[in-house]
Amino acid sequence: MGWLWTFTNSSIGKKFVMAVTGLLVILFLLIHLAGNLTLYWGEGAFNGYVSVLDIFKPIIRIIEVILTLIFIFHIYDGIRLWYENKKAKSIRYKINASSENSTFSSRWMIWTGGIIFIFLVMHLSTFWYAFNFSGKTEVDGIEQYYNIVTTWFQSPVYAVSYIIAMIFLGFHLNHAFQSFFQTFGWNHKKYTPFIKKFGTFFAIVMAVGFASIPIYFFISSLGGK
Amino acid sequence: MSNENLSLTLHIWRQESSKSVGSFEEFKVSVSPDASILEMLDEINNGLEKEGKIPIAFESDCREGICGTCGLVVNGHPHGPLPKTATCQLHMRNFKNGDTIYIEPMRAKPFPVIKDLIIDRSAFDKIQQAGAFISFNTGSAPDANVILISKETADASLDAAECIGCGACVAACKNASAMLFVGAKVSQFSLLPQGQPERYKRVQEMVAVMDEAGFGSCTNTYACEAECPKGISVTNIARMNRDFIKAKFISKEVEV
Repeated sequence: MGWLWTFTNSSIGKKFVMAVTGLLVILFLLIHLAGNLTLYWGEGAFNGYVSVLDIFKPIIRIIEVILTLIFIFHIYDGIRLWYENKKAKSIRYKINASSENSTFSSRWMIWTGGIIFIFLVMHLSTFWYAFNFSGKTEVDGIEQYYNIVTTWFQSPVYAVSYIIAMIFLGFHLNHAFQSFFQTFGWNHKKYTPFIKKFGTFFAIVMAVGFASIPIYFFISSLGGK
Repeated sequence: MSNENLSLTLHIWRQESSKSVGSFEEFKVSVSPDASILEMLDEINNGLEKEGKIPIAFESDCREGICGTCGLVVNGHPHGPLPKTATCQLHMRNFKNGDTIYIEPMRAKPFPVIKDLIIDRSAFDKIQQAGAFISFNTGSAPDANVILISKETADASLDAAECIGCGACVAACKNASAMLFVGAKVSQFSLLPQGQPERYKRVQEMVAVMDEAGFGSCTNTYACEAECPKGISVTNIARMNRDFIKAKFISKEVEV
């Protein structure tokens, strides 16, 4: 297995790990967004969706462990690459012309990623904890998942920080999507221009999709009371 | 076209040796718009020598954009702001009267400054020595066109071979990654039938030397492609990635 160690510690190997883990996170986000959107179908639909997940709890727990590992590798290699790359370019130029030769998304991955990480901690310590361990998911035999979500999103601070994090997620995904194709070596004159455009479209859909939920529930909480 | 001289303020990096601390020195010059940036430096050096001062050290060789010796970073752009142009082909008519221009050496840890604007690019030579060759039988010259290669393949290989090894990709990259250079050098061989015998060994060895030299990793910002004086495409990086990943997964060497 020495070769795998050598590979994952080589410059291209580290990119490969970033790309594979990033791609898996993208798949997770797609499923997560699809699930979240059931909120728009009302209390019954969302509580029903969460209850279905509850039936598969052991499998969900295994997936959560795998997801944690994916995130650890992605974050660890991300920070490692950032640190090593910074060291390779220890002296900066007096005049920085990087905005003329590369995109904002591509240059700020470590920071957009960092903000997403802060959000992730916040997200897990609120929703994930509340759904799994708070013991408040049922009141008088009625499931409270929907109410937990809507209650959180009534808080303007929480809703706004959620929305801001999703904007950064959009920037992160904008670079990420086309980047994993390049890292795997899939660069083709015919498809790459489309992949780049689709990546931007995908990033917008994901960011707007996730952010629409706090926006919707925050606004409806204003109108409802 | 106006032939009036341009008045420019130059900030040029001066550094005595690799160990000393450098700084910018300001020069006010009046220069012909027809002069290249290197010719402007020549003129400044003539003046400095007359005054008994040490001239600005910079490298140049062919001065026609094909040797890759003359890379300077002009206003944050390796080889200056003009696309697909080497420093020696960058003429002062591309600047405006009264402009302020910063001229710096290419920055990267594996490219230490030797003096002023001259950097040590021998890390590139080490990468080349590690695998940028093919093996063939010596003896009488083989007949031409025995191995047929399509025009498209030959073109793609020659496009990669256009790389002049100037280091602009490393200089432009925020990570000081040499992957455009190595990608081009790997691609020019891996595209051709003659390069197949060493294809997967070559990519592994060149990447290993690249990593050892302390170049950063590519984060797909594509600044290299935008700044490359020869317009080398990042498709070559993708090809290198593909070959490297494949090499690591299919080779029978368990330990490396």
